[in-house]
Amino acid sequence: MRGRRIRFNLVNLFLWLLGGGLLAFAAFGSFLTLVEGRIQPSQWQSLVIAGIALGSVYALIALGYTLVYGILFMINFAHGEVFMWGAFTAFFAATALNDAGLMVSNPVLAFFLVLATSMLVSMLVAIMLERIAYRPLRGAPRLVPLITAIGASLFLQYTARGFYGSGVRAYPDYTLFDGTISIGFLSLSVKQAVVILAAVGLMLALYVFINRTRTGRAMRAVSEDKDVAAMMGINVDRIIVTTFAIGGLLAGAAGILYTLIFNQVLFFMGFLPGIKAFTAAVLGGIGNVIGAALGGLILGVVEQLGPNLFLSGYGVPSPNQLKDVIAFSVLVLVLIFRPSGLLGRKENT
Amino acid sequence: MTETMDRAGSAQVVDALLQADKVTMKFGGLVANRDVDFVIPRGSIVSLIGPNGAGKTTFFNQLTGMLEPTSGEITFNGKSIIGRTPYEIVEMGIGRTFQNIRLFGAMTVLANVMVGRHVRMHSSWWGSLLRLPAVRAEEEDTKRRAQELLERVGLPRRYEEDWAKNLPYGDQRRLELARALASEPKLLLLDEPTAGMNPGETAQMTDLIKQLRDELDLTVLLIEHDMKVVMGISERITVLDHGELLAEGKPEEIRANPAVIEAYLGKQATE
Amino acid sequence: MSTLLRRALMMGLFGGIAGVHVSLVGIVNTFQTRDLIADIVTIGSVLPMLIAIMVGWLAGSTPKHIPRPSGSTTLVHGAMAGGVVGVVLAALALLVDSVSLTWILVNARPQLANILYFEQGPGLGSVILIAGGVLLGVAGAGLHLLPRTIARALAISGVVTIIAALMEPFVGAVLRNVELRAIEGFLYQSGGLTVQGFILVFVLIAAGIYGWAKRGDRAKARVAAMPPDRRRAGKLIAYGVLFAILLILPQIVGQRLSEVVGTVGIYILLGLGLNIVVGFAGLLDLGYVAFFAVGAYTTALLTSPASPVLNPELPFWGALPFVIMAAALVGLAVGAPVLRLRGDYLAIVTLGFGEIAREIFKSAWAQPVTGGAQGILSVPEPLPFTRDPQSIYYPILFFCIIAAIAATRLAASRVGRAWNAMREDESVAEATGINTVKYKLLAFSLGAAFGCLSGAFFGTKIGVVFPDSFNILVSINALALIVLGGMGNIAGVMVGALVLVGLPELLREFAEYRLLIYGVVLVVMMILRPEGLLPSRSRRVELHDVSDEDDDDMYTDEAGIDTGRPVVST
Ligand SMILES: Nc1ncnc2c1ncn2[C@@H]1O[C@H](COP(=O)(O)OP(=O)(O)OP(=O)(O)O)[C@@H](O)[C@H]1O
Ligand SMILES: [Mg+2]
Repeated sequence: MRGRRIRFNLVNLFLWLLGGGLLAFAAFGSFLTLVEGRIQPSQWQSLVIAGIALGSVYALIALGYTLVYGILFMINFAHGEVFMWGAFTAFFAATALNDAGLMVSNPVLAFFLVLATSMLVSMLVAIMLERIAYRPLRGAPRLVPLITAIGASLFLQYTARGFYGSGVRAYPDYTLFDGTISIGFLSLSVKQAVVILAAVGLMLALYVFINRTRTGRAMRAVSEDKDVAAMMGINVDRIIVTTFAIGGLLAGAAGILYTLIFNQVLFFMGFLPGIKAFTAAVLGGIGNVIGAALGGLILGVVEQLGPNLFLSGYGVPSPNQLKDVIAFSVLVLVLIFRPSGLLGRKENT
Repeated sequence: MTETMDRAGSAQVVDALLQADKVTMKFGGLVANRDVDFVIPRGSIVSLIGPNGAGKTTFFNQLTGMLEPTSGEITFNGKSIIGRTPYEIVEMGIGRTFQNIRLFGAMTVLANVMVGRHVRMHSSWWGSLLRLPAVRAEEEDTKRRAQELLERVGLPRRYEEDWAKNLPYGDQRRLELARALASEPKLLLLDEPTAGMNPGETAQMTDLIKQLRDELDLTVLLIEHDMKVVMGISERITVLDHGELLAEGKPEEIRANPAVIEAYLGKQATE
Repeated sequence: MSTLLRRALMMGLFGGIAGVHVSLVGIVNTFQTRDLIADIVTIGSVLPMLIAIMVGWLAGSTPKHIPRPSGSTTLVHGAMAGGVVGVVLAALALLVDSVSLTWILVNARPQLANILYFEQGPGLGSVILIAGGVLLGVAGAGLHLLPRTIARALAISGVVTIIAALMEPFVGAVLRNVELRAIEGFLYQSGGLTVQGFILVFVLIAAGIYGWAKRGDRAKARVAAMPPDRRRAGKLIAYGVLFAILLILPQIVGQRLSEVVGTVGIYILLGLGLNIVVGFAGLLDLGYVAFFAVGAYTTALLTSPASPVLNPELPFWGALPFVIMAAALVGLAVGAPVLRLRGDYLAIVTLGFGEIAREIFKSAWAQPVTGGAQGILSVPEPLPFTRDPQSIYYPILFFCIIAAIAATRLAASRVGRAWNAMREDESVAEATGINTVKYKLLAFSLGAAFGCLSGAFFGTKIGVVFPDSFNILVSINALALIVLGGMGNIAGVMVGALVLVGLPELLREFAEYRLLIYGVVLVVMMILRPEGLLPSRSRRVELHDVSDEDDDDMYTDEAGIDTGRPVVST
């Protein structure tokens, strides 16, 4: 609201130096990398495609954050765990189907069964989370539900560890998705194509759901103003549960797509993708559905491309170790310079 | 501290404590204040009135730095306050209360008033860590002054250690007043100080405001809906309507002003 | 079906699910190795029983708006609820016994069924399980029929007795250490309480609590009635005694326990620092571990002969001032970017900072400075104190006391009030004259100083500094302990550290479930008692809307003692 005269003080100076410094560092690094031509064009291309695939997974998770935030104005910190539960539980479905031979005899059906398991489990976890941990706290001071969410996140993580064990488990391979596709000069693996297409399909479905169905419209009404929505006869509790359920479904799907890329599950696997998806949601403008999708894609590409592009020019050894640092730096930069995100409304911060 | 009152509109006041020139505040498309000119003579009690949504509180928020005007100039004691932070403005000598009481509910009554004195204190964090004698003395002094203020606004001693949010409504208003006074303001802004009070309490509050003005050398600007209070207390009255200055003058003049009557009748008619 | 009955059945079902949960995450199996009463009952098999008692108690309680039913109805409800728990667990045992699920649920081993059946086989076992559930449910509900003071004494002493049994290795060690073998032999045997020990502990504790409930108020009143100078003297004596005990503590508890006490001390320091940021100023910093890490790394860089760069090899105490300076700077650097962010955003961004710090410290890029994933070895001891737990205890104790005094003084000063105001309402605080930017940065810097100090001791205590010690869980740990103890409260930090750091260190069996338990603690505390176990007075008011008396009064039916709950008649 202030801004008629930009106030020049130490804090702002520091922030601009910090942000400007980081951007300049990245820009100069990119310049060096490109000039030195350290990386082949085909490598760039595959990094970008990997980034888009990963980014679509982030986008699906980010939608869960954004939907919940749009309605309850809370950060569902445990959403990463919702994602993990789906993927982890579906591992057993996949193993069982693999043992039963269905993966070979009818791979498409098998894939959809695994996907359905994951989505269902994630949805149930999300609903229980809302019911048990968050509902009793509506209207509490802001930090209270956040701390609860952290607690719920730990609980879900370590319950998974207790139930399913602490080791890494490798998913059976879907031979169905082996191979690569080439479209013109682009070439990508079938798995990446599946991930991207599935994510796009789900996002379209969500878009249609929100804009074309009664429930979707009710969701939007509730996110505009809960009291008014309640007066118009909308069952706000139901809508909130629905929102969590949809977030859960998308996270469950994201879980399976993630395992297509990385092929393994672990009780801790929800943490980083969760935080990154949150970053994506903030980047796109939290509360904004299209923003979440956009933020996810950008973040995925930056994360894949960033280390090589920004850092390798400086001769940083194994730059990929720093990819999470780059992702988090994006979060910090966005919040410093554009806290409402790319597509967000101003008052959201 | 008597001041020469001129005809309405001429704004030729000797010794203005606060002066606003063409203050405009826009919220997106909504213009909450448009080209408001405003003068507060030193030592006076001035009222700001107008129908709901006229932009009175918005104007207060600009005087206290909580909002920055979209355009226009505000000077206090000859210095511009535009671009200053709220706490700098408190230090310059403007104190305020809020329309919807905003106390620190989970702090004690006494602590609320002591916080109010923050800008007049000098203890540093390391002084407090070491419990330097000067810090202890200041703390004692602040406590004593806070107790005096509580007494002055009429809050019984036994409330001191109670939680602010457990006070009865009227007393919360008094406490907010004490908190504002603790910063030793030259100009006190009161946003509907008698809202929600019964006639007895209202009369007490009116007397209190006058008394404070006289004893503490204050200048008071208040927003009020209760016309009896406004007419009884104000030396000058400014009327806002739809964000614009509608009239300005002595109580008698305002009472007789047809435009003001219409604005208020119009308001009653729509209610 | 009456509301209360339905409620009772629901409670039973929830209890059953909780029982299934503790069974399947492996807690029951783990605690099977520990006896409650030597050779008679294991702690593993007591857990389901505890659930049945609690469920019975809950089922016997009555929500405010419903009239309390007769005593026998209450007992029936308790029995139903407890029975449901028994049935659910029996079903679990049957399932585990008959279907091989271990490829999914690693703890669903036949051994689990065996424990649940009390090693009596499926037939008799399920009967015992269900009948036991019913009986314990009745017992739990029966607590409502007792006078409240007695019920409370029984419940608390039950819990304490179980803890006493769990603590056998350590209490036993202490008793041996101070040459009280006779008592040890009387109380403990082969890893659990003896029968007579069990009875003695239970009765003593219950009697103590009951006595305090009956006479405590009078004692308090007598203290309050004392003249101020005598009260002061009493307080001084109490502090003196406490201090004396703290001074000889390592000798009393011995080597192994001193180690634990040292760790608790480090977490107390950490908690006191985080408490300034979160509890006083209301800034939820989830990246607090970054300060801890900076403290440890700065110490290591300045003192260790193995430090890759910058090798001044200062003594530990010589490095400490630089550590504090580094802390202040890092506090400012972390604080500045988040100044304008609202609470929950701030939390996530600081969390990002914590992760950034760790990843950078760990990376090959930073290896020339931080040693990368291997970290920095041979951090020297804080001479004249050594790394021996009984020695390093003293400097840690010293700084804990300093930090506690500092925090207390800050809380009661102009600065503390400003933080308080800022936490409650930032914009009003600013309109009241508080420079919120300055006070936020101050909170971050001071919090960072405590955190860095804590990190310095961490580094010197274990002698190596490596990046994976500084993960998000340290932040969560510190947060959990101030949440449990009560945000903004200094004694609360200590209690929180003792319970959440001390207990798991003592109970190795817990170690695996530590974070699971933290999760439960965070959720349950936020839902039931957000102000913590020992709330600071103002937090309590802030987090509850009512001007609350003790919440437990909700379910009282003892006429006369009740604090004025309206009598409901329908
Ligand atoms: N921060 C804000 N953002 C957007 N619009 C605002 C904001 N603050 C006030 N407004 C709008 O500006 C107009 C003036 O509001 P203001 O609160 O100043 O009125 P008021 O004269 O104090 O009314 P009342 O007598 O009801 O207190 C209203 O339409 C209000 O909705
Ligand atoms: Mg107003």
